[in-house]
Amino acid sequence: MIVKIRNWIDERYPATKTWEEHVSKYYAPKNFNFWYIFGSLALLVLVLQIVTGIFLTMHYKPDTELAFDSVEHIMRDVSWGWLMRYLHSTGASLFFVVIYLHMFRGLLYGSHRKPRELLWIVGMVIYLTLMAEAFFGYLLPWGNMSYWGAQVIISLFAAIPYIGEGLAEWIRGDFVVSDATLTRFFAFHVILVPLVLLGLVFVHLVALHKVGSNNPDGIEIKADKKEDGTPKDGIPFHPYYTVKDIFGAGVFLFILFGITFIAPELSGWFLERANFEPANALQTPPDIIPLWYLTPYYSILRAVTYPLFGVDAKLWGVFSMGFAIFLFFLLPWLDRSPVKSIRYRGWMFKTALTVFTVSFVLLGYLGTKNPQAIDLFLFTNLTWAQICYFLYFAFFLLMPIYTRLDPVKPVPDRVTFK
Amino acid sequence: MIRLIVSMLLLSFAGNVFAASGGSEGLDSVYVNLDDRKSLQQGAATFANYCLSCHGIKYMRYNRMADDLGISEDVLRENFLVASQKPSDQMDVTMSEEDAKRWFGTAPPDLSLIARSRTPDWIYTFLRGFFVDDSSVTGWNNDLFEDVAMPHVLYEQQQNFEPEKYDSLVRDVVNFLVYVAEPAKLVRYNIGILVLLFTGLFTILAYLLKKEYWKDIH
Repeated sequence: MIVKIRNWIDERYPATKTWEEHVSKYYAPKNFNFWYIFGSLALLVLVLQIVTGIFLTMHYKPDTELAFDSVEHIMRDVSWGWLMRYLHSTGASLFFVVIYLHMFRGLLYGSHRKPRELLWIVGMVIYLTLMAEAFFGYLLPWGNMSYWGAQVIISLFAAIPYIGEGLAEWIRGDFVVSDATLTRFFAFHVILVPLVLLGLVFVHLVALHKVGSNNPDGIEIKADKKEDGTPKDGIPFHPYYTVKDIFGAGVFLFILFGITFIAPELSGWFLERANFEPANALQTPPDIIPLWYLTPYYSILRAVTYPLFGVDAKLWGVFSMGFAIFLFFLLPWLDRSPVKSIRYRGWMFKTALTVFTVSFVLLGYLGTKNPQAIDLFLFTNLTWAQICYFLYFAFFLLMPIYTRLDPVKPVPDRVTFK
Repeated sequence: MIRLIVSMLLLSFAGNVFAASGGSEGLDSVYVNLDDRKSLQQGAATFANYCLSCHGIKYMRYNRMADDLGISEDVLRENFLVASQKPSDQMDVTMSEEDAKRWFGTAPPDLSLIARSRTPDWIYTFLRGFFVDDSSVTGWNNDLFEDVAMPHVLYEQQQNFEPEKYDSLVRDVVNFLVYVAEPAKLVRYNIGILVLLFTGLFTILAYLLKKEYWKDIH
């Protein structure tokens, strides 16, 4: 009976074929380690955000008079509303944790290298789209930090010469952040950007399955096949990686629920204190700080304090910020090393990657602090941010040089378990 | 693998503690305990008697508070509700904003979320920081909030009580305001522990399943 139904469907839709091609007979390298869990976790968080988002949309009111009240209504009067809201806010931050670790995995094992350049670029577009999604969503609770954060970030566009002012006005739909801004951000956050995101994720997966997954050794498993045409170092995604990912999902959910139930504000890192006051155009919060996942770029923006070549500092800051993200897109071509994985690279790349990682994290931390204060040691936060600024760009811009000079180790023919 | 996960967990908690130490410079710390129902009830009574005439907590409803804090409907009607109010009403002020501005120069803010926007320590320090200042309009000033428009409403208590008793009265108000800022806090820890136990068990089983499937992969 079931076979009959399956055949009936298969004659009209490639159900079994799709399942086999992409799941049960999709061969993935058998040596995936811890770092390979984040792709499937990103998919899990995406679903979590959509589901909790749907419930929030049922009770939220995109109206400057009602928005803040409606969030508190969700927190108090809606059954389990607080849970949906905290899962959504925690999920948003953890989405970025997962994506950052996913990207770092790419850097570690050379997942951006040929033939995966397009896969990497689509991933970067997803990352950008996700930042837009988070930015639009952050305005919706209409807290004071929502309001001023949006005000500051939109005003960055105003720094662009000639068209800047008009562009900022076009984004806001008004001269200041107002009801027009809130309603359009709501439309973007719940319809436009999620649709784009889903489409991009689909393309990302199609691209992945075309070229196949990379692995911690950076070896192309398709180059060495058995007689039946399957890779010697490959195993079917299902059941091996489905059971492994279920375990990974368990660990992830443990962390997610831990934060959601025990510390949803995470001391201001996931929910900021200033956002528990309603938006107030007359009262600027002492420090306007975006949430942590945007602060590395916010730091880069603020690090530029000198005008140069007749262009003022703010515009250089905006340009640096854009360039800092754009450089990620060029990574497949900046990296000239003959090997992919960090396991077979020399000390130069290892040092560069370590320095880059530390400066990226530091930029993120400094972005949450007052530039003039001293939170580390010796120098002000601004000076530290400027040091990190140079290290950040040096990692990318010097990459063609140091990856070529780097003494690499021989890569084995078959994958290893380390 | 397991070691990595554990160390990441520990790291995340370390970060948490690290971040928690910031933002409370110069504030006296207050012991908040939402399991202390007596303290919450005391805080509610003090708040209703001394604060609620000027400061609303509009996101809170009388009957929700009564349910959560174990206040009977009779007590609620007798001690909390004024003639025309219903138990399902929001705990808002009756004073109009215009009057408030005329009397105090600025409308007293709603305090529903004050414990989340200012922190419990801040409220505790503020309420214990009043001193006599003849040069100010109200005759009072505050160590934490210079030239605050609010007079020292609890001055009788501070004058007549032992310092410890006054501190404990203020602490009850703070405790109550922490509850008001997030009523779900009363239940979310307990539910959270159960959810974590379940998720932990699920993860262990998932690990065993994974191990079983993977034992032939070398």
